[in-house]
Amino acid sequence: MSRLHSADANISAIRARLSLIPSVSVVAASLVSLLPLVAQSPMMPPLALMIFLGWRLLRPEIWPLWAGLPFGLFDDLLSGNPIGSGMLLWTGILIILDLAENRTIWRDYWIDWLLATAALTSYIFITMALSAFTGGGWVLNPILPQIGISILLVPLVFRLCARLDAWRLAL
Amino acid sequence: MASSGSKRPGFSRRARFGVFAGYVIAVTGAMIGFGLILIAMFDPQGFASIRGTVSDITAPVSSTGRGAVQQGGRIDDRIADWWNAGRQNAELRAELDIARRRLIEAQVTDLENRRLRQLAGLIERQSPTIATARLVNSSLTSSRRLATLFAGRSDGVLPGLPVRAADGLVGRIVDSGRNASRVLLLTDRSNIVPVKIVRNGTPAFTTGRGDGKIEVRSLEAGNNPFERGDILITSGTGGIYPPNIPVAVIVEVFGDTALGTPLANPASLDFAIVQPAYEPPPEASGIIDTGNEPGFSEER
Repeated sequence: MSRLHSADANISAIRARLSLIPSVSVVAASLVSLLPLVAQSPMMPPLALMIFLGWRLLRPEIWPLWAGLPFGLFDDLLSGNPIGSGMLLWTGILIILDLAENRTIWRDYWIDWLLATAALTSYIFITMALSAFTGGGWVLNPILPQIGISILLVPLVFRLCARLDAWRLAL
Repeated sequence: MASSGSKRPGFSRRARFGVFAGYVIAVTGAMIGFGLILIAMFDPQGFASIRGTVSDITAPVSSTGRGAVQQGGRIDDRIADWWNAGRQNAELRAELDIARRRLIEAQVTDLENRRLRQLAGLIERQSPTIATARLVNSSLTSSRRLATLFAGRSDGVLPGLPVRAADGLVGRIVDSGRNASRVLLLTDRSNIVPVKIVRNGTPAFTTGRGDGKIEVRSLEAGNNPFERGDILITSGTGGIYPPNIPVAVIVEVFGDTALGTPLANPASLDFAIVQPAYEPPPEASGIIDTGNEPGFSEER
């Protein structure tokens, strides 16, 4: 009996560890905005969302549907976007991906990239609009390079997530 | 690869309920997020205390690496200096000659100014300083231009106070925690600063563009008073920003507007100075009001 019990505890520990690395990677990406840099334009891509999406597209079952709420809120607090925008948009992205996956027949690398492109472009644009409504201003030109960099970085983030995934499962 | 679709729970009632509950939590949470945005829309300062607390926690983290990054950022400048030493030396010598002549002229003007001021009975006021602190980080992904200043309420830094550096205007405080506060930089789209051209005193105002440059508009319709190389200083109109702080230099002139570069670059700034909010002199309306002299407010 005690052996069975310890095996159970073991499994739950393994589950916790399996979800730990993805969570930590998203939180770490949010923390990147604490780098001691003073930027004159929004030059950094939304890394936390990119890694969040990378995990979602690599392992569709990894995030529960509400996972965007805590991670999005944490990112909002650090990134300077209006509080609540991450909660709204990250969850929206997860729900739309969920609906889209039930309708697509094929999934490959290019479709993943396309999905990530659509998600990141709309995220950057909508957060800009939301900051404009909550006291900021409408800026279009400075976010175009940011969108471009984000799209080009997507394959790299997929690679990173795949590496972390291999490491996570080998542990 | 064929798409696997989303996690169909099968016939297990418990699993189905789990998926349903996931949807309910997600949608409720998203609605709460939307509600938070709505609150921020009607009251942009509503979450100032939360933001202030977050800056309190994050500022020490960022501040530890700030010195190293500033030193690192200047390495390329130093290499360029070595490379261009000879040419730069000749240029600087020529500039120095001109500057020396100007300096003498300025000293003469200064003397005359002081004499005239004594005649007019004006009192000179030094601009006081509330706090001097480092800018430790800034928003990197957001389209807002907000930087964190490592000084807060405990140092007397309150929302609305102007922030400047030795080179020029940096911005103003939007919210402050105990030990850190957030500065709305000059380059943020929502930061509007009343300025005037040093050359002839023409009034204008600047708006940030979000990309490190600022847009300058004249208050006079029709003609464009700007020239390339014009220096803009704050005019003090409307309060907050004290007059005569250097703001920007014009780099490009368009039809009705001009493009300027801020004179104080927050990225390579050593220290920023927080000053009391400026109160403009009351309008001359015939009634003599002796209580309010033009200058800085004293209650801070």
